Amino acid sequence: MTYEPVIGLEVHVQLKTKSKLFCACSTEFGAEGNAHTCPVCLGWPGSLPVVNEQALKLGIKAGLALNCKVAERLKFDRKNYFYPDLPKAYQISQYDMPVNGRGEVLIETKMPDGKFVEKKIGITRAHLEEDAGKLLHEGIVDGSLVDYNRGGVPLLEIVSEPDIRSAQEAYDYLTALKAILQYVEVSDCDMEKGSLRCDANVSVRPAGQEKFGTKVEIKNLNSFKMVQKAIQYEIERQIAAIEDGEAIVQETRLWNDTKSATFSMRSKEEAHDYRYFPDPDLVAFTLSRELVDGIKKTLPELPLAKARRFIKEFGLSEYDAYTLTEDKKLADYFEGCVKEGVSAKLASNWTLTELLAVLNEKKLSIEASPVPSQKLAGLIRLIEQGTINGKIAKDVLGEMFTSGKTADVIVKEKGLVQVSDTGLIEKAVEKAIAANPNAVAEFKAGKQKALGAIVGAVMKETGGKANPKIVNEILQKKLQN
Amino acid sequence: MEFNIDRVAELARLSLKPEEKIKLEKELGAILAYVQKLSALDTKDIEPTSHVLDLENVYRADEVKASEAAEKALEHAPKADGRFFKVPKIVQKD
Repeated sequence: MTYEPVIGLEVHVQLKTKSKLFCACSTEFGAEGNAHTCPVCLGWPGSLPVVNEQALKLGIKAGLALNCKVAERLKFDRKNYFYPDLPKAYQISQYDMPVNGRGEVLIETKMPDGKFVEKKIGITRAHLEEDAGKLLHEGIVDGSLVDYNRGGVPLLEIVSEPDIRSAQEAYDYLTALKAILQYVEVSDCDMEKGSLRCDANVSVRPAGQEKFGTKVEIKNLNSFKMVQKAIQYEIERQIAAIEDGEAIVQETRLWNDTKSATFSMRSKEEAHDYRYFPDPDLVAFTLSRELVDGIKKTLPELPLAKARRFIKEFGLSEYDAYTLTEDKKLADYFEGCVKEGVSAKLASNWTLTELLAVLNEKKLSIEASPVPSQKLAGLIRLIEQGTINGKIAKDVLGEMFTSGKTADVIVKEKGLVQVSDTGLIEKAVEKAIAANPNAVAEFKAGKQKALGAIVGAVMKETGGKANPKIVNEILQKKLQN
Repeated sequence: MEFNIDRVAELARLSLKPEEKIKLEKELGAILAYVQKLSALDTKDIEPTSHVLDLENVYRADEVKASEAAEKALEHAPKADGRFFKVPKIVQKD
């Protein structure tokens, strides 16, 4: 029997504010234990939480970017449960009147054949809530330590509809979501710093069946790749269990990355009853049309729209367009190159392969690139004009990184101008043919590949500067005689 | 109104003796029965009240202000270890 996976994701992102959601404590990452705490976020009696205006606005902005219906009226509720990471024994969240209702995200998901297919993932809701503190267990035998610096930090919980049908789609949805939230500058979405977290709800059902199977929640997912791996594992585990006649238990499972498997939490499954009720410390909000429309006007061009424009305007491949637009700064860099008048295809290739390779090697982000887009465009122009060939250009780019000089200057100083003088190349070709009789014989016997050795010899002879197109032409001519 | 005293106690993390259970069940039942009178009212045309004050849209600017409480909080903690609060061992989830 074939089975269909049904997946929904719950994503928490930290909103980019200076202070916490209900108090003036700093949200800065990496402070000393409990340095960012106060009577409000420690839940001291008599303290009064007050909503951070910026957090609310960022929440609305994110909702608009996810095509959500923004609420006209919203309120905050208490979610009650006991856990040491929660000093008040309740979390201030939103229950029945969240800031953002139904929305949707369009994704381009890569099929096994490499083609991209558009898919719509529904958003159930996206609400504001405060983060909990952090528990530390490591190295402590007689207890656990608590750091409340994160407690009260503003989060937006984005709940997707169970519209996702594969681990790959889940990965693509997360990538798209992260790109959108970074474009609208509501969150850094840095999983390492905990500013983006994801839990997955996974179930399987026989293909064609309408009713959902029993779902399992997976936690402890620390990267998008881990989400993908854990979902794939869980789909296979559930199908195997059903085939063996076992029933799927509704439970929370944790992903163990070293063992590449999910494990039941096996904690005493207490019945959850969060007893939500309106937080009497906080009043409700009515959002005016002007406020919401004003925020809507600040939305930039979103990733998918940008990618589609790149494909239409510049003739880029889907893959290149989606890769470039995953990061707004990368897309801006590419467009900066194109604005200099160089070929968009060359700009895309050089940005995505050569430039990123050097940046990754040097562990630099695109915005910290010592070679700005205008300078990369200068290098590309030299290739287009035939002044240097692609191989030399790579060396020049490396030199641009270290010296900060322009491609023009480096090429002149080092005498790297491409040799297009047919007389010179012809001599080098003749020499190479004479020196590689074996390769010549192989080529004449029909082995196209053998040509590579001869071309290599020509390049060596000319210091890598020979125009490869002319080399090929002359070589073909000589060998056919 | 129906309720289960064991469940209420569990949710509130209270461990009750059998005689306390009997007493509290009776008292809680009486309180709920009293509040239950409200359900006799027709609230069809009344907007739900989430707050008794006639106030809305109260916010603060996104500004950071350090609190002195950070130090004092640890002073008052029943147990602390360096800069951290210390609590009984929480089962590590893995």
